[in-house]
Amino acid sequence: MSSTPDPGETAAPDPVGPALAAFAAAATLAELADERHAHLGDKSPVLLSRRALGGLPGSERAVRGKQINAELQAVTAAYEARLAALTAERDTAVLAAERVDVTLPGNRRPAGARHPISLIIQQTVDTFLAMGWDVAEGPELEAEYFNFDALNFLPDHPARALQDTFYIAAPDGGDSGLVLRTHTSPVQARTMLHREPPMYVVCPGRTYRTDELDATHTPVFHQVEGLAIDRHLTMAHLKGTLDHYARAMFGPESRTRLRPHYFPFTEPSAELDVWFPQKKGGAGWVEWGGCGMVDPAVLVNCGIDPAEFTGFAFGMGIERTLQFRNGIPDMRDMIEGDVRFSAAFPTEV
Amino acid sequence: MRAPLEWLRQYVALPDDVTVDDVEAALIRIGHEVEDIHLPPAIDGDLVVARVLVIEELTEFKKPIRFVTLEVGTGHGALGSDRRQVICGARNFAEGDLVVAALPGAVLPGGFAIASRSTYGRISDGMICSAAELRVGNDHDGIIVLDADDPAAVVGTDARDLVGATDTVLELAITPDRGYALSIRGLARELSAAFAVPFTDPAGVDFRPTADEAEPWPVTIDDPAGCDRFVVTRVTGVDPTARSPYWMRRRLLAAGIRSISLAVDITNYVMVELGQPLHAFDAGTLAGPITVRRATPGETLTTLDGVDRTLDSADLVVADPSGAISLAGVMGGAATEIGDRTTDVLIEAAHWTPSVISRTARRRSLTSEASRRFERDVDPALAPGAAERAAELLVRYGGGTVRPGRTDVGFPMPPATVAMPVGEPARLLGRPVTAETAIHRLVQVGCEVESTETGDALLVTPPTWRPDLLRPADLVEEIARLDGFDLIGSVLPQAPAGSGLTGPQRRTRAVAADLAAIGLTEVLTFPFIGARDFAALGIDEGDIRRRTSTLRNPLDAQRPLMRSTLLPGLLDTVSRNLSRGARDVALYELGLVFLPRPDAPRPPVMTIGSRPSDHDLMVLEASVPTQSQHVAVVVAGHWERPGWWGPGRIGDWADVIELARRIGRSAGAELRVEPAALAPWHPGRCASIRVGDWPVGYAGELHPAVLERLGLPARTVALELNLSGFPARRPVVPPSLSSFPPVLQDVALIVDDTVSAGRLTEVLQRAGGPLLESVRLFDVYTGHPVPEGSKSIAFALTVRAADRTLTGTEAQQVRDAVVAAAVAECGAVLR
Repeated sequence: MSSTPDPGETAAPDPVGPALAAFAAAATLAELADERHAHLGDKSPVLLSRRALGGLPGSERAVRGKQINAELQAVTAAYEARLAALTAERDTAVLAAERVDVTLPGNRRPAGARHPISLIIQQTVDTFLAMGWDVAEGPELEAEYFNFDALNFLPDHPARALQDTFYIAAPDGGDSGLVLRTHTSPVQARTMLHREPPMYVVCPGRTYRTDELDATHTPVFHQVEGLAIDRHLTMAHLKGTLDHYARAMFGPESRTRLRPHYFPFTEPSAELDVWFPQKKGGAGWVEWGGCGMVDPAVLVNCGIDPAEFTGFAFGMGIERTLQFRNGIPDMRDMIEGDVRFSAAFPTEV
Repeated sequence: MRAPLEWLRQYVALPDDVTVDDVEAALIRIGHEVEDIHLPPAIDGDLVVARVLVIEELTEFKKPIRFVTLEVGTGHGALGSDRRQVICGARNFAEGDLVVAALPGAVLPGGFAIASRSTYGRISDGMICSAAELRVGNDHDGIIVLDADDPAAVVGTDARDLVGATDTVLELAITPDRGYALSIRGLARELSAAFAVPFTDPAGVDFRPTADEAEPWPVTIDDPAGCDRFVVTRVTGVDPTARSPYWMRRRLLAAGIRSISLAVDITNYVMVELGQPLHAFDAGTLAGPITVRRATPGETLTTLDGVDRTLDSADLVVADPSGAISLAGVMGGAATEIGDRTTDVLIEAAHWTPSVISRTARRRSLTSEASRRFERDVDPALAPGAAERAAELLVRYGGGTVRPGRTDVGFPMPPATVAMPVGEPARLLGRPVTAETAIHRLVQVGCEVESTETGDALLVTPPTWRPDLLRPADLVEEIARLDGFDLIGSVLPQAPAGSGLTGPQRRTRAVAADLAAIGLTEVLTFPFIGARDFAALGIDEGDIRRRTSTLRNPLDAQRPLMRSTLLPGLLDTVSRNLSRGARDVALYELGLVFLPRPDAPRPPVMTIGSRPSDHDLMVLEASVPTQSQHVAVVVAGHWERPGWWGPGRIGDWADVIELARRIGRSAGAELRVEPAALAPWHPGRCASIRVGDWPVGYAGELHPAVLERLGLPARTVALELNLSGFPARRPVVPPSLSSFPPVLQDVALIVDDTVSAGRLTEVLQRAGGPLLESVRLFDVYTGHPVPEGSKSIAFALTVRAADRTLTGTEAQQVRDAVVAAAVAECGAVLR
């Protein structure tokens, strides 16, 4: 520019009005960028005016400077407001374009599941762990001594015939002294033989009897047993433990009832009913298992003095528990391994 | 045990208002399981006792028919008379007999309405009934003929009671310790205690004394360990055609026992009532004196069921000079059976040792009403009374005379007195029990009770019918059950603090949860397999997995072996799922497998009655097969499903080997993978999974021939690991995390095809030293320019120091070191 304009002679044209109009007229971010160049760029009127300030005399410079700053602020604010508006508009359009159908399936990897029998065992074990009990396991193919003799099943007693036993052949085809355990009680015998009282153990595991498979029987099934040996344990402690377990499995209203029965390894012995609030046709008692005070003969066989220690034991079938608890009409569903069955119990029974 | 309620009521004075439901509840409360209750049949209208006056035989029909004139009592007859005429097809009655008539208007069970009707050319004005028609028995063969001398059988009176149409029968499951309850006597005593009402002991009647020394039949007991009492009475001159009275047949029928002949019915009747099984011999067929002895090996006996049995020395027999005549306590012999010409009857009442009877019954799969009672033990004091009761009934209904005297040999042990501390019931039951209560309950079951002088114990002598009462605990159970188990409190015991799950238990949980979380479904298969499973899997005869345990009594003869691998069961389950329409199946199982130890000893004879020696326990333990916990996985079909997102991916060998590594991570074990070849896997796609050099299992694609044989999808993959072979988890030591920048170096090495990526990676890791943070294989390439028979494997190396920023030279030195090692150890060429 060859000469400096004289502000005293010709008043500079107002840069704000045209800038605001131009920004408002910009329809896209690109147009807005162009207008920014025109109205806020280095060569824009307002910035040219500011650059020219230096040539003005001091008093006038201050007045004019204030005016130019106000203009610059107004233009900048207008630009930013328009930028925000156009950006928001564009973002909305992009998000709208990116819309998907969220109801589409996403199961690229099918879900897996634990078996409900395992889950119910886990829940049982957790209940007893919380009471300070230990979890004991043992072999499924077991010495007859642990399965029967140590537990006071005498060799020719009819009770031994009651449990339809799978026998293992000796190499010569004869009697090997080994069986598939008919209950988890041999773990009790092993525990008593190898630990010092007091002992509180829960023993979950697989058991076997020669029942043909049908809707309510299976030759391979699971039991959970509990055993407690201590000084001063009574049948009331047995009942208290069972009531607690019943509440854990069937809810706070549940409880148990004992009926006199016979087992070779307990005296007194009882069958155990549980109050099942969700029973079909109304809350009621359901047969759940067997229990009793550990027979003194069993304590003696395991080297525990029955005059000093008493104990209680109980056991129940897991399949049966699952069957009535979860309303499963046919036990075969639990053992055939159809994935649709386990899939129904993702993490809890 | 089927117990008719009216029979029980004969000996226990139950009030009339006690219902069958009350009886059931009481029996359950004191420990007798009621399996079923058979209620009396529903019969409406007139069912009356009638006398047969005239029988007119009608012969013009295809079968003989009788037109019978009955005297039915005043007011029950036609047109106000006391007569009715009915048509009857049965022929087992004669003029003068008392029968049961249903009159028009009556409705028999099953809605069978009786009306006057015209049939066989006559008007039949009612019906003479059979037991089956009244649903009081199964006897269709003839009509009911009542006992003429039964004072209750009065013409025109209601017949329901007489025929048992009012009987309620309780079906009970008696526990093995309570042999006494397999009798009306025993159950009536139990009810008397439960209801606190008087009991009349049917065995308490005075029976014929035996002042004279005469023995009706000589008996010798050669085996006192098997038999401690043998009683014989003899009745001669019995009318062989005499029938059992109707009341007796009716009670037997209600108790579930078929009528056979008078003598046999009487022995059964006395058995059910008293609990003492009896046996009747035709004395005329005996060759001489009776001996109780063990059978001689090879001795034969034809039992009552018509089976010829070869005996051995474990069997106890009743014998005469000709040989065995009865399998003691189990079943009589056919040759000495009561027949239709028997007039001379010997009645045996013996006391056998329970275990001997049980062994014979079990070994021969021959249980009888008698053996069931003897193996639970019978009151040894009953024998003479029972024999006399039977003789008396035989004389009453069959005529004849009881021969003088009674044979009674042997010496049963009297019950031992048990000293029970007075505090014992409270010690076991957790509630106070006074001495008075204890005495009251024990007396109710038949014990004699005295206090010691100091008063701190009760001296209890159990009755002869309770051989199960041997120890204080047995007595406490009696007190507890008669008082009611509902008196027992509920107190949660305080266990000492526990330490939670063991390491292996936590490992099992972690593995199971992780496999489920990544998309596998747990199954629990039966552990029974067969030789054909091994054959299908291509597992040879010599393979150690073939050397497993065998069941003596398998349910499925094709699968008598215990599994030594989880795969047969798992593959079966895959097939089942596929056949039910599943397309992609990914299953796992955690379970025990069974491998007998090659040098396993036979289990020793263990001490009972004290703790066995540690040595015996050790030998016993060694006799039990090794049972390791395995985990197995099978993936058939897609591991990643196809869908709207694109194509899926079939699970392959790499997936299942990665699953094995993943199981290792869950279990806290670092696993190595090496190429291997083992059935049932594809020999080129099988990995041995190792902890160090120790193989813990295999993973890979299954052999195509195996998949073909099992009808499974091609490329199905599987793994099986022995979790018990994993080392105990050690505390995790995490790497130190350097905050200095890493240097990333790529290196591609050309190696021979036979060099495995795993081996090359291990060499690189070892050679890289502490600065080599990680080695990641990211590419495998074959083809030009890589020579034929070789492959190029590319790795991304992350090099980093813990304490400084590495220079380019330092990083290059690491790279050079790993390349040098690869060249030296694997014959690699840097690409």
